Amino acid sequence: MLDGRARITRPWSPRLVLSGSWLTLLVAAALLAPWIAPKDPLAQDLFLGRMPPFWATGAEPGYYLGTDSLGRDVLSRILFGARLALTVALIAGSLTCIIGATLGLMAGFLRGRVDVLISRMIDIWMAFPPVLFSILLIAVLGPGLISIIIAIVVIDWTRFARVIRAEAMAQGAMDYVASATVAGRTRLSTMLTEILPNVLPTIVVLLTLEMGISVIVEAILSFVNLSISTDDPTWGGMIAEGRTSVYQAWWVLVFPLVTLFLTVLSFSQLGEGLKDRYDPVLR
Amino acid sequence: MSFLSIRNLSASLKGRPDRILRAVSLEVAAGEVRGLVGESGAGKSMIGKAVLGTLPQSVVITGGQIILDGTDLLTLPPAVRRTRIGQLCALIPQDPLTALNPSRRIGPQITNRLVDILRWSRRDAQTRARDLLAEVQISDPDRVMRSYPHELSGGMRQRILIASAFAAEPKLIVADEPTTALDVTVQKQILKLIADMQARHGTAILFVTHDLGVVSKVCQSLSVLYAGLVLEDTSIRDFFAGPRHAYSRALLAATPKYTDPDGSLTPVPESVIAATRAEVAAADDAMSDRGRNV
Repeated sequence: MLDGRARITRPWSPRLVLSGSWLTLLVAAALLAPWIAPKDPLAQDLFLGRMPPFWATGAEPGYYLGTDSLGRDVLSRILFGARLALTVALIAGSLTCIIGATLGLMAGFLRGRVDVLISRMIDIWMAFPPVLFSILLIAVLGPGLISIIIAIVVIDWTRFARVIRAEAMAQGAMDYVASATVAGRTRLSTMLTEILPNVLPTIVVLLTLEMGISVIVEAILSFVNLSISTDDPTWGGMIAEGRTSVYQAWWVLVFPLVTLFLTVLSFSQLGEGLKDRYDPVLR
Repeated sequence: MSFLSIRNLSASLKGRPDRILRAVSLEVAAGEVRGLVGESGAGKSMIGKAVLGTLPQSVVITGGQIILDGTDLLTLPPAVRRTRIGQLCALIPQDPLTALNPSRRIGPQITNRLVDILRWSRRDAQTRARDLLAEVQISDPDRVMRSYPHELSGGMRQRILIASAFAAEPKLIVADEPTTALDVTVQKQILKLIADMQARHGTAILFVTHDLGVVSKVCQSLSVLYAGLVLEDTSIRDFFAGPRHAYSRALLAATPKYTDPDGSLTPVPESVIAATRAEVAAADDAMSDRGRNV
């Protein structure tokens, strides 16, 4: 017999549907970019420079979102830019999550020397200004996809470690952990079966947030020209180029910016939405 | 031979001289219910935690023995100790709201213990869990086993925890203030349930509480603690007939009376506290002297 509390049904919330749709669209665009992009993203045509988007007067047919100052198609470049953005988001986000959450879980649950060591590392890490740190790292490692991923993981693992450590500490003080200990469980097994499921909702939220942040970091690095080779289209690179001609051709700046904005927003909303829907305990 | 025998157990905070337990000795015979009373911070929960091996990392045991079923737990290697405690002991925790894992269903939380400790088959464990839930008067065990903790009320969760504690047929249960977090009406049911289950299963219980009313209902013997020192170790009948120690007398006098619900509370007199403190200091001196002689 359950108590009088109503069974709560959880519909797909608008935030989950909207953010999910945008990200699905983006993943599809990234995967299918070579086939669906209307133009070659690298093809320059100086006679077609700074053409406005399709609804404005003077638009060139076929160039739906206009062209930049070198006559390259903005839409095609955004589609191809999504490939790099999403690759970085997925790989860097997951790696950061795995490393940060593992360290945080160990620090928060095992405590003692492990905690002291990891916590001091977090403190030292967080004393570095992150953007400067990433630029420095890329400068040392040299530009490229792998360098971007390494930079994000190296800088952002503390974000996970700090939060998950606090959560694991809070959960570790609960009586059900004591019960598991009395029942003869090892520390490791207690950590994985009792603590991990309870910090998982937080991990999911942080992971999606981190994916959004990775997209931004990648854009920042492209903006300062430290991302992958300058030939490949990136959102950050497009924003940097668009900035120089914003009074003559706003669309070169605005479209990649809006795409970036929606993507980062969608990632964070996806995390919240998933938590609301699947966390067994409504908090 | 007692089932649990604690001898001269001392504990203090790691890296600091502050003593938490001062040469505590007590015995729990098989099937006996021993109460452990004292005010907040007297170390009563710490004794329970020391037995179960769940002391916080900041507390270290500095001396003494915890002899469980003939073996001193403190001399065993950690892994062996853990299994031994798991086979012989269980815990009824204080707060039923935090004692069940919120993200796992009830059923596995009861059966996992049976499968892990006693190597039962899943199906046997399921049947056993269902029987136990029925035994603690839960009317729809199957449905409850599929529920998450937050879907159940506090009293229900405490009954589940009691069922879970008795599930592996332990020889000793540490009940750490099992009724403190419940409201008074539920408290009475839960106490009766623990007493019934104890009588039926013949389990020894170390019953930690600050409530002498609770002690009088379920315990056969009693240890009174102050600042980690056992002041009095007596049977329930002797205690309620007239405690020997001045602090115990004051504690008994401080219990609110049902017959006089509007009467003002009687605090433990300053003089008694001062005398008891002096006794604690004397015990400390005696301990450090012994340390010097050895």
